[in-house]
This record gives sequence, C-alpha cells and structure tokens, in this order.
Amino acid sequence: MNIDAKLGLDVFKLDKEPHIVIAQEVCATVCTNRACLYVCPADLYELDDAKRMTVNWEGCLECGTCMICCEPRALTWSYPRSQFGVQYRMS
Amino acid sequence: MEKVECIVVGGGLAGLSAAYGLAGAGAEVMVLERGDYAGAKNVTGGRLYVSPIRGFYPELWEEAPFERPVARELITMMGDGAHTTFELASDHLVAGPPQSYTVVRARLDQWLAEKVGEKGGMVVPGMKVDELLRKDGRIVGIRAGEDEIGADVVVVAEGVLRLLAEPAGLAARPDEKDHALGYKEVIELPAGVIEDRWNLNPGEGAAQLFLGTVTDGMMGGGFLYTNKESISLGVVVGMHAMKADGREIESHQLLERFKELPQIKPLVAGGTVAEYSAHAIPEGGIAKVPRLYGDGYVLAGDAAGLSLNALVTVRGMDFAIASGYHAAQAMLRAKAAGDFSAAGLASYEAALRDSFVLKDLETARAYPQFMEVPRLFRQYPTAVSRLFEDVFTVGPGPTPPLVKKAWRGVKRDFLRPSTLQDAWLARKL
Repeated sequence: MNIDAKLGLDVFKLDKEPHIVIAQEVCATVCTNRACLYVCPADLYELDDAKRMTVNWEGCLECGTCMICCEPRALTWSYPRSQFGVQYRMS
Repeated sequence: MEKVECIVVGGGLAGLSAAYGLAGAGAEVMVLERGDYAGAKNVTGGRLYVSPIRGFYPELWEEAPFERPVARELITMMGDGAHTTFELASDHLVAGPPQSYTVVRARLDQWLAEKVGEKGGMVVPGMKVDELLRKDGRIVGIRAGEDEIGADVVVVAEGVLRLLAEPAGLAARPDEKDHALGYKEVIELPAGVIEDRWNLNPGEGAAQLFLGTVTDGMMGGGFLYTNKESISLGVVVGMHAMKADGREIESHQLLERFKELPQIKPLVAGGTVAEYSAHAIPEGGIAKVPRLYGDGYVLAGDAAGLSLNALVTVRGMDFAIASGYHAAQAMLRAKAAGDFSAAGLASYEAALRDSFVLKDLETARAYPQFMEVPRLFRQYPTAVSRLFEDVFTVGPGPTPPLVKKAWRGVKRDFLRPSTLQDAWLARKL
C-alpha cells in the first residue's frame, strides 16, 4: 500500500493557508542533509524542478518530526488553525 | 479579559485528568482542545498501564472504554530471515484487575472529556491556543485567535512539541537527540481472528514488541497491540538515528517492509487498513524533564517530557494521567492558600517526586544512554535468532551436540569485547 493511499484513509479538514512555511533561502543555502525528505512519515517533502523544497502540507499528520529534525530551522511550523488539519478517528 | 480559575491547554489524557480532578473538587476549569473532539489529534502505540494509576479516580477505570486487557506479552528478536519470539502468558497480567489495556485514543479521550463535563468542567473542542500570556514574569492566561482568557493557573498539557511552552520560556525546544518518531496503521480484523492469531481467550489482548531488522538497525522497534476489532501495527525510530544513519531510508517505508516479511505477513493477512497516524515521542528521560511549575502554571504529560521507553515496557499515558492528577491536587492546595505563585504550586513537583512518575524515570536514568548502543538494534536481535536457528537445525549430515551448537553461537556472537562493554553499561538498567 503506498503512502498516498494510506493518507487517503485519514480525515483531513483543509485550511486555505499552509501551516508549514519553508524559508527557501535558509533551506537552500544552510541545510546540508535535507532530512525532511526522508524523516517525514507521510512523505510530504519533495524537491521541485528548480530544486526548491516543497511540502504538501495538506496531508500533514502533525507529528512535528520535520520541525524537530530541521537543523537550520528553515521551517515555520505551527499546528493548523482551530478546526483544521487531521482528525483521527481511532489512533 | 474574561477570567476563569484554571485553563487547561490540551484535551489529552494529562489535561483531562487535571480537569477531572479540578472539576470534581468544584474548581472552575476550562479545557481548550484544538481538535474537533478530545483525542482527534492524539496517537498512542498503544497500551495504557492502569496499575500505577488505579488509585487515582478509582471510579473511572472500571467503566473506561478500553480495548483489551493485555494477557500476553511478546518480544520478538528479528534477524535477517529469522525471528525469535519470547512470550509471556501469565495469570498475573489479568487476574484481579488487569495491569494494562490496549487503547484507542479517540474513544478513550472523548469518554474522559464527557466525564469532565459530568463533573462540571468545560471542555471546548476546536479551539487552538496560540500563545501563553505572560505578565510580570508570570503566566496569566492564554490567547486563542482574537480571544484572551485569564486564569489563576494554566495547566500546560499541549503535548510533546511545546509550541507554546518554548516561546513562553517554560521548556526547551524538542531536540532530535531526545525524540523518536512513532507511526502506525490501525488494521481492522474480526475479533475472532485476533483471538485465534494471538491465542487469546475471548476479550483478552496481546502486546508484541519487535527489535532488530524492523528499523534496519536504527534505534527503535516495531509494535503491535490488539484492539477489540483491529490491531495497531507500527514503528518507532529515533530521530537522531534516522539522520545519523546517512542512508536516508524514508521513514514510512520501514512499516511497509515490515508488513511484507514472511514472518509478519500472516499476522496482518486479510486485514483492512483503516487509519494511518504519526506522532513525536519524548525519549530523553529524567535528564530532560524541565522544571514542572512556575508562577501561574504547571507542565503535565508529554509537554513535561514524562515518558519512558525501558525497552520491554513503554509508558507515557499512565504518567500523563498521574501528572494531571497531581497537577489538580497542587492547584487545589494553591487555591486554598490563595497563592498561585511558584511557591504555591511547588507541591506539584514534590508530589511527582514522591510518586512512581519521577521515581520510575529516575530509576531509568541510564536508559536513554543505553539506547545509543547501536548493537542493541541489529547485532543482538540477529544473534539471538541465529543462536536459536542453530539449536533447532537438523542438517543432512551428523548434528553436533546441542550444548556444543549453543556454545558455538554464544562464542561467535556474544563473547566479544563490545558485548562485555555493553553488559557493563547495562548494569545500571
């Protein structure tokens, strides 16, 4: 089962605004390991054609792993606003 | 600014436990929960050890919506292509009151929120707190969007990430060295199938931990808990280990590979994945627990770093409930004395030091360091499985005597300087 199918099982209430914002300058010039690309359990980070980091924040499980692992602190990371984000039915 | 006696930030087990104690004693308490309902943002492995907390709110645990009492404990050592499982099936696990239960958080937390409501506490879901308000060095309330609410005491039970506590200067930003990523699938299976697969009496449950190839040698392990009509199957892996590893294994692939192993596949066969969830876990131990109180606030649960991975027992929810209980008691004493300063709330930390919470964390002081031993998560589980493979092997030629086979395995994998070094570290566990 691929990761998109797994995320498709969860209930998400989508906000219009992202709750994770990447400081592109810091990400591109300071970061050496790009850990977000492999630590995120939802596999939300990827590099676009211009090698800029992007995050598909809509599928965020709100675990905070990317924020904790981002050494140059290039992420402005908050929980989604009230009444948005993942709503676990079991877990 | 509107004002209440106590605001609880976070309707998880720590926050709700505090609110239940406060409301039960007639204090004015408001729980602010950012999810659509209590438990909407919470993730456990999960199993709750009830024995340590049964004395707190004894009326609750009889009727709590637990999944299954854990009657079987299994530890599986995983090598390449060979697993060895140790299994305890003991009357003592379930005779009298069971010592632990598997749980599903959305059910458990919503139920506890209802209980808080019955005691007269107010639980407000769908309300995210954006800031802890400080004035003259003390916490005086919270801001949620445009709204500011004042309080004599704020119980900061916001969870592991400390998005409020850190900017307010109450606790440090979570560090990758002290945190693990836990994630899991909830896989639906009929109750009868679960009971057949884990040899359970009707209604009873199993807890299984996996060490070794599941994390590809990185600090962590796999877990499996049987719920009523589902299993929670997941992986915990140290954040620092994932990064130090340098192989850039995508974390989510560990679980998928695990499920495909011929030793695991039959356990999940026919199941339907119903949910996928993830959470950060504090694993820094006692050394990373911040000061738990100050002027106008107390820290409880994961926000206070109260969790313990002791390899075979993994705890956090019992600490959360206990810390909530003691936070409520301390707050009530502060109220009686009319002193909500740090001095007035100091009895909270004192009570936790006197209780199993900080005592058990103190006992386990050496664990976080021991977990850094890389051999723990690859060589040893593999060696155990190789040893048992050797012992059980009957080849085409003559078979060496049993003791000789075993001794050969022990010599090969355990009689090494590194093992003695690890054993020396392990003496403190």
